[in-house]
Amino acid sequence: MWAAELKFSLVDQTKFVTATSELARNTLEHGGGGLMTAEVVENGLRKGIRLTFTDSGPGIANIELALKDGYSTGSGMGLGLSGSKRLVNEFYINSELGHGTVVTIIRWK
Amino acid sequence: MDRIPILKMGDCLLVTIQVDMHDELAMSLQEDLTAQIAKYASRGVLIDISSLEIVDSFIGRMLANIAAMSRVLDAQTVLTGMQPAVAITLVELGMSLPGIRTALNVERGMALLQEFIGDEVESDQGDDTEE
Repeated sequence: MWAAELKFSLVDQTKFVTATSELARNTLEHGGGGLMTAEVVENGLRKGIRLTFTDSGPGIANIELALKDGYSTGSGMGLGLSGSKRLVNEFYINSELGHGTVVTIIRWK
Repeated sequence: MDRIPILKMGDCLLVTIQVDMHDELAMSLQEDLTAQIAKYASRGVLIDISSLEIVDSFIGRMLANIAAMSRVLDAQTVLTGMQPAVAITLVELGMSLPGIRTALNVERGMALLQEFIGDEVESDQGDDTEE
């Protein structure tokens, strides 16, 4: 995979794949399915991977609350968003009620 | 459908998870394991996850649930063989699995289980002699 090609360490690979799994689950469970795009990004000498999860689900009413540990509207433990944020270098979330949610994460090498 | 095999070893049940778990497989493991604990009156459950490269919050929750269910059925659970990268990721994710006993490998896990089961048997016998 890309993460291995870019020579991410084993720990970085594990973190990134776990974050991907959490966010994909969110997209599926809360967003009713959606699209994930993956691309290699460069910033000067650094390379990284950017993943974008897009869904057209109900959206998130209170993003600040949704990013808190333990907050969940589903049946999980509420670690999906807050936890995956800790596992990556950059984390962006954009949500519009009734239109869906876009989550973007980057892990730099 | 694939199922994860459960081996009976004396008082204990041994589960080695060697494939990456998808949701359905995790749910069927919960059902199979609790059924086997009841069937064999097992006192201990050892779950080895040394082949798992990814444990996300779903699998983490499933493992915690299995430990809780086993406890309710009077069996102790030990989780063995977690890879270091998985441990780092789980703790950063916010899941330190507080309810689950762990051991570094199967050998130590079995020893730990025998200790728990042995202690209980001894204290039972102790009660008997007092009577």
